[in-house]
Amino acid sequence: MSGWDTAMMLLWIAFKSVLLLVILLVALAMLIYVDRKVWAAVQMRRGPNVVGPLGLLQSFADLLKFVLKEVVVPDATNKGLFIAAPLITTILALSTWAVIPVNEGWAIADINVGILYLFAISSLMVYGTIIGGWASNSKYPFLASLREAAQMVSYEVSIGFVIITVLLAAGSLNLTEIVLTQKDGLGTMLGLPNSFLDWYWLPLFPMFIIFFISALAETQRPPFDLIEAESELVAGHMVEYSSTPYLLFMLGEYVAITLMCAMTTILFLGGWLPIIDVAPFNWIPGVVWFTLKALLVFFMFALVKAFVPRYRFDQLMRLGWKVFLPISLFYVALVAGWLVAFDMAP
Amino acid sequence: MIVQVFFWLFATLLIVSALLVITLRNPVHAVLFLILAFFNGAGLFLLAGAEFLAMTLLIVYVGAVLVLFLFIIMMLDVDFDELRARFSRAAPLGLLVGGVLVAELVFVFMAWQPSPMAEKLRAAPVAEGITNTEALGRIIYTDHVFFFQMAGMILLVAMVGAIVLSLHHRKDVKRQDVAKQVARQRKDAVRLVDVKPGQGL
Repeated sequence: MSGWDTAMMLLWIAFKSVLLLVILLVALAMLIYVDRKVWAAVQMRRGPNVVGPLGLLQSFADLLKFVLKEVVVPDATNKGLFIAAPLITTILALSTWAVIPVNEGWAIADINVGILYLFAISSLMVYGTIIGGWASNSKYPFLASLREAAQMVSYEVSIGFVIITVLLAAGSLNLTEIVLTQKDGLGTMLGLPNSFLDWYWLPLFPMFIIFFISALAETQRPPFDLIEAESELVAGHMVEYSSTPYLLFMLGEYVAITLMCAMTTILFLGGWLPIIDVAPFNWIPGVVWFTLKALLVFFMFALVKAFVPRYRFDQLMRLGWKVFLPISLFYVALVAGWLVAFDMAP
Repeated sequence: MIVQVFFWLFATLLIVSALLVITLRNPVHAVLFLILAFFNGAGLFLLAGAEFLAMTLLIVYVGAVLVLFLFIIMMLDVDFDELRARFSRAAPLGLLVGGVLVAELVFVFMAWQPSPMAEKLRAAPVAEGITNTEALGRIIYTDHVFFFQMAGMILLVAMVGAIVLSLHHRKDVKRQDVAKQVARQRKDAVRLVDVKPGQGL
């Protein structure tokens, strides 16, 4: 390949990445708004309704406020790490989106270990919090970072087993392939057209539930937001942060949430496949289906935040190690045995 | 070209951060540079075309083992002055042990000859149309499954041993029984009493 081709390829990748980032960040601003609106609706409040029509511009006003404030770096902190921590969180969270296929062939990098990449990067995101909490040199952030380490390690185990069951059924580590294997499934076995009955949420239903709950824990969403539980730790690892660094932490957290929504969509809800592969539905482009499904998962995230009271930390550990780990381990063995016994392994 | 640039980048960063791990005073900083070293190691694996190993390195070591490392080290209360004093006392002994190890390694490498089989295996063609995840899976879980099972058993014994050694059940503390708490009904716990004024219960 000549130097010119290489340069053009790099430019093309850069263009796609920038496009994805812009769409993602604007979508994120709207998602934060949706999150607050759903929360408010459950509690019979109005939610943000002042900035712009129906309060639609609230997130952008917040953005301006965060950016224009002064960055306060306390004197006793470990300065370099203190600034690096929010950057680590945000950059890692954004880099996961490089491998997400939102339509067939619409991934910036369609690598053949895509799911492992997602798992690896999402397990690295814990460092942003841990480093931030330690570098703050203050008690509440430090406690938060200890809690974060314990929580992430516990719930990665069950997420790992859930991913393994899906891999057993799909027979590939490539995200596009995982979606494509969901074209045929339980529904087509019964003679129905390709539909939502073929996706993995139905045969792997217990794992779908476990993945959803573990995703809540992995992204520190309520009811598992123990590292920033305001009644116990003020704001956890973000106590000493202000202005843009704080904004980056929040941004990273919400990007991680969108990532978990996208992962649920790809692993269990058939990615960009239409609900039923018949006339009006398969006219709609795949990327719209993907967005709709991811939004549905996000809506569930938002509802859980509003409905469920916060767990205690020992309950969280018990749920992870004594409930989810045995169930998911059993289901891995069950699915593997089933696939071998009926000769269905791909 | 790009591959070479990245190779030198990863390799240099790997060596620099590995050096910093053993020279830095602050143990938390040392662990953070260890993370960076692992990260660059994963990058080198990627360049060598071993993407499965790269991801496993990140998931297992960086994502889990080093988190626990950091967890422990952050909780240590290290007195740096005392540490430095002890270092200068232990330095001669450390140098002696290190010197012996280096000498042994030199002897081993002088006597070392690769078996002719190894050379043949390295030249064996990689099967076409198989990702290296699949190739690894076949070797570990199909061709050499007995060794894999054996390693698993040894790990299991080690795990049980670690738990047996560290678990001592104290009898004198009050423990929570979740089943009992869930089974508790309102009628066992609450009673409605109509108290006459001025009498009390």
